[in-house]
Amino acid sequence: MITESVAIKGIRQGLLVTLRKGEWSCLLAALEAHLTENPTFFSGGRMAVDVGDRCLMPSQIEAMRSLAAHHEVELWAVVSSNEETQAEARGAGLVTELAPTRAHQPPGEGDEPADRALVRQGTLRSGQTVRHPGHVVIIGDVNPGAEVVAGGSVVVWGRLRGLVHAGVLGDELAVICALDLAPTQLRIGGHFSRSPEERWSRPVPEKASVVDGRIVAVAWPGE
Amino acid sequence: MAGRVVTITSGKGGVGKTTLTANLGAALAMRGQRVVVIDADVGLRNLDVMLGLENRIVYDLVDVIEGRCRLRQGLVRHKQLPELYLLPAAQTRDKSAVQPEDMVRICDELRGDHDVVLIDSPAGIEQGFRYAMEPADEIIIVTNPEVSAARDADRVIGLIEAEEKGPARLVINRLEPSMVSKGHMLGVADVVELLAIDLIGVVPEDSNALIAANRGQPLALSNNRSRAGHAFHNIAGRLLGEEVDFQPLRQPRVFERLLRFVSPERS
Repeated sequence: MITESVAIKGIRQGLLVTLRKGEWSCLLAALEAHLTENPTFFSGGRMAVDVGDRCLMPSQIEAMRSLAAHHEVELWAVVSSNEETQAEARGAGLVTELAPTRAHQPPGEGDEPADRALVRQGTLRSGQTVRHPGHVVIIGDVNPGAEVVAGGSVVVWGRLRGLVHAGVLGDELAVICALDLAPTQLRIGGHFSRSPEERWSRPVPEKASVVDGRIVAVAWPGE
Repeated sequence: MAGRVVTITSGKGGVGKTTLTANLGAALAMRGQRVVVIDADVGLRNLDVMLGLENRIVYDLVDVIEGRCRLRQGLVRHKQLPELYLLPAAQTRDKSAVQPEDMVRICDELRGDHDVVLIDSPAGIEQGFRYAMEPADEIIIVTNPEVSAARDADRVIGLIEAEEKGPARLVINRLEPSMVSKGHMLGVADVVELLAIDLIGVVPEDSNALIAANRGQPLALSNNRSRAGHAFHNIAGRLLGEEVDFQPLRQPRVFERLLRFVSPERS
């Protein structure tokens, strides 16, 4: 997921793509490669792009936007320290500053490795999505109608009743843990399953992983 | 002290936002509060009917916004409660006639002369919801004890949290204790557990509410209080900071108490 030139990570408002040093055309090609390789991860998401101190032409911003739109991603912000780029981005109707977040990593610092976990505090409610190329930890509940899409594993320190897709970039060894595992649907890599209709009266922490091509949940921690 | 603006919203339609607004407005006015209720459902107005003020409307919210009348002229005084006013919605326009800034401006003006401004939000999460939310100091989420209403409430709470509005508090409307005990309906605990916000009231199902709405006479106004009427007054009290206990909706039967004793985790 991480290359020298393009870094992707999850932030509160969607994904933050940081374009580092390199030829503009190469960077765009690298971004496109990411988008093409992992449609499940990107499709339907929102993306902010940090272009550093580059001076961008309106046509370049438009090219980025249509590239994103082509892969069903909404480009909503362009972050730059270059004032001309900021002005152009605003002219194109884009946001140029990411709102201060309560997330743990301040946005704009694109230097963290993508496998660093994203920690989110609080309940994830219906209609809300967390996307991150690495692991995701939710401290709170994931309610029905909410979605977590992670490149790595997902730990929910709370009730999991929404949809979780772990290992979305193809990692079949990813796991999903929750204090109460009662999801609408679970997906790990290319596998998917839903909760059994019958429920135990008392929830126990469980861990789901792929065993022999099927998603299986066992008590967590196990024997 | 400047008045507070409380927006009543739900996500899903038909859960009882307008009924709650009418009754809460009446109950607050009966406690001596100076109250304005604003019908923000431009194009689909209802609050005037529930308050029995339909035939007194001269101007409406959009007239005020577009400067065809002064705010004071747009307010319709309630026929029994002199401290309760209605700012009706326009029926012949749609939601695009109102901007969030308009609502902020109107509410700021109303805060001076009134203690509480209640905004009856339209259903949905589109423009109408946005402008109803903009001036709010506090928010009341109405839901029914059913899965789809709770899901929509959850979505709306998420949007409110993202805007850092609030605090949002919860009213569970149309609860039928007998259906809950049979397991056919979500209980109060189930809904509160899902939505994880403070509960400010539980209104039991009450057929008197429908009759009252059709007559344009809010239940809260009636002398012999129905169960729902009681619940509305309790919510008004809690909104004013009174400590009002939550009434048990039904005495548990001996058998159920025993069951609860045997397996405490099920209660």
